Amino acid sequence: MIQSLKIRVAIFLTVALGTLYFLLPTFVSNIPAPWDKYLPKDKIHLGLDLQGGSHLVLEIDTAKALETMLERMSAELKETLMDNKVRFRNLEKTADTAIVLELTEAADKSVLENVLRDHYPDLEIASTSPRQDSQLVTLKFNERRAHELKKLTMEHSLETIRNRVDQFGITEPEIVPQGEDRILIQLPGIKDPERAKNLIGKTALLEFKLVDDENSLEEALRGNIPDGDIIAYGLRADRTTGERGSTPYLLKNKALLTGASLETAKVQISDRFGEPSVSLKFNSQGAADFERITGENVRKRLAIVLDGVVHSAPVIQERIAGGHAQITGNFTLDEARDLAIVLRAGALPAPVNILEERTVGPSLGSDSIRQGIMATIIGSVFVILFMILYYRLSGAVADLALILNIFLVLGILAAFRATLTLPGIAGLLLTVGVAVDANILIFERIREELRTGKTIRLAVETGYSRAFLTIIDTHVTGIVAAAFLIMFGTGPIKGFAVTTIIGLLASLFTAIFVTRIIFDYVIWNFNIKKLSI
Amino acid sequence: MMELIKPGTNLDFVGKIKYAVVFSAVLILISIGSVIYHGGLNPGIDFAGGSIIQVKFSQNVSADQIRAALKDTKLHNSIIQQFGEKEFLIRTAESFSSQEMLATNVEKPLTAAFSQNYEIRRIEVVGSKVGADFKRKAVVAVILSWMAMLIYVGWRFEFRYALGGILALVHDVIITIGAISIMNMEFTITILAALIFIIGFSINDTIVTLDRIKENVKLNLKKRLSDIINVSINQTLSRTVLTSLTVFLTVLALYIFGGAVIHDFAFALLVGVVIGTYSSIYIACTIVLLFKNLRIAKTKRG
Repeated sequence: MIQSLKIRVAIFLTVALGTLYFLLPTFVSNIPAPWDKYLPKDKIHLGLDLQGGSHLVLEIDTAKALETMLERMSAELKETLMDNKVRFRNLEKTADTAIVLELTEAADKSVLENVLRDHYPDLEIASTSPRQDSQLVTLKFNERRAHELKKLTMEHSLETIRNRVDQFGITEPEIVPQGEDRILIQLPGIKDPERAKNLIGKTALLEFKLVDDENSLEEALRGNIPDGDIIAYGLRADRTTGERGSTPYLLKNKALLTGASLETAKVQISDRFGEPSVSLKFNSQGAADFERITGENVRKRLAIVLDGVVHSAPVIQERIAGGHAQITGNFTLDEARDLAIVLRAGALPAPVNILEERTVGPSLGSDSIRQGIMATIIGSVFVILFMILYYRLSGAVADLALILNIFLVLGILAAFRATLTLPGIAGLLLTVGVAVDANILIFERIREELRTGKTIRLAVETGYSRAFLTIIDTHVTGIVAAAFLIMFGTGPIKGFAVTTIIGLLASLFTAIFVTRIIFDYVIWNFNIKKLSI
Repeated sequence: MMELIKPGTNLDFVGKIKYAVVFSAVLILISIGSVIYHGGLNPGIDFAGGSIIQVKFSQNVSADQIRAALKDTKLHNSIIQQFGEKEFLIRTAESFSSQEMLATNVEKPLTAAFSQNYEIRRIEVVGSKVGADFKRKAVVAVILSWMAMLIYVGWRFEFRYALGGILALVHDVIITIGAISIMNMEFTITILAALIFIIGFSINDTIVTLDRIKENVKLNLKKRLSDIINVSINQTLSRTVLTSLTVFLTVLALYIFGGAVIHDFAFALLVGVVIGTYSSIYIACTIVLLFKNLRIAKTKRG
């Protein structure tokens, strides 16, 4: 223990002023100029359970992204193999992320290997097995590359979602990766969680595909889909009844252009009906492609497909230069605005599942704050009164330390921008109960020493030093236990763990260091005959 | 001077160990029995997966009225429970994370029955995958915190002291879980947080008493261990009682004023604080003594 009272008081004052510095913005809402320049701006950061908002945990389906990639590769591979005059049949993508094909000429295997090496370094031959007149080859992503692709998919998704949330205009969102394929999103104070979820989770894959008018749609609906075609549906909402029906389209599967070629997208309101639509502007390469595509396909219908749903399929009247296009549909203004955001931010590379959602409305949040503060005040008052009643003036000293402890915890929370949650408030209140334990241990010890006839000064000294190790023990165990809760990662519980840990650390300072200053000051400077303890 | 426990008090704790063992055994049996009777713990959506929708009404409504309103929806089998004044929790195993699910199964029928006089205040949806994750983490967290306490106390004192302390913690956790089960409360992550806090709190009393035992063993090498333990418990008794009292008071304030969201958490803490105090006096010290006796018996035989 530092002997000099002056140094100890200086340490105490530094901590107290530091606490005040970080807490002022929380307790004084309008700090007058010029003081506001010198003080931190941030109030104590409240958890979503106190200020309202949404907590989401998303899972990025990276396996699905790999599968989509493989599907595209299998189509390309077919063409490359034909170009290289490899004789094969039954090339297809299987359900377990592999491509299988049958080579009819044994000699072609080396050509296949060359093709893979030159054009498809991501793929490798997983196995070959001889058939009657051919050999069956299975191709797979090589392990390392698959892992890399998954990681890339995750990073890309994270960035896309960040972009979307930023453009949606939520203040202080938190978007962090969690484990290999999860993303944790915190949206404080959000008013329309459903809309935000839609915005975040939408794949937003925009594709332009030709409508196949040469083959019969009826025949395709009966199950005879021509090679290279798919059936997609368009949603059509009836203005008067509001009922949504669906119209089938027969499309060429190959996407001529995708959302990746967009430069920007924005909402436009048509003059005539005041209907919102989304206007698209392609980047230079996209504009050139669009001009070529429209030029080559005049009089045909070009379907605008978003996440597999046909939004419109206008007839191409003429070659379109300039790189502009428009998506119309029965949008509300919000829908159009959100669509423009997701198109600007880009498509998600993989489908997204919501694994966990916790949304708290602002009214419940403010109720929780009120009740939490109420419980904390009443609980603290109980303890404060009890300590004064039981230990008299010494109890009052412990109470001072206790009150300081509460403010110190809040100050540390503010300084480190940690989050205060409802369980966090409970944790704060519990540390009040535990913090006085240190003083109880010391005081009981001092009483014992006094009973053995020691002088006040010696009794206080022995009391503090004997209790010290025990107090360290009790604090260490408390901190260790709380630390195990941090691994849960969910906001409220983490808040509980963090506040408890900070509270215990702070109480080491307040309950031992600060109270000792007061005792020493009084005992050294006044001739005390009887200790009020 | 105000004193709850007069100095020189010498209650015969060690002599009553037999009763304590019986008492604890009965509590543990009741706890385990209740969990078995209820077919396991009643896991909240944190662990089981599913959805919770908290709705507050502006007029008085009964759970039956709400159930009637939700009769033809996917929520017809949901658990509806009052949660504070005019406020209800609707709990279901279904996932309500999509706008449409919520609109057709909650908003439409509620608006039909109660017009606009309600407010959805909280929605929590946990997928079964995350639930399974939490379950695994919960078990790991409890066991790791036991282990950590075992190692710390073992390092600071002796292994037999540590073992006594840990068995006391296991005892506290089982009985607190039993109390939750008897009250048919949901076992949520918040309850888990309470359990871990109790582990951290209950070991404190044990450490304080063990510290004193260690000190007294050094001072009186010739005395019988059972006497030393008894003296040590008595010497630290007033501190044990006082600390438990202050913590109990704060938790009580939380239980009464903290609001419905934190009610179960506070309840688990209340039980845990009481049991934790009792166990550090009886269970921890009993086991220390038991080990000593075992060792003596062994040496005699050998």
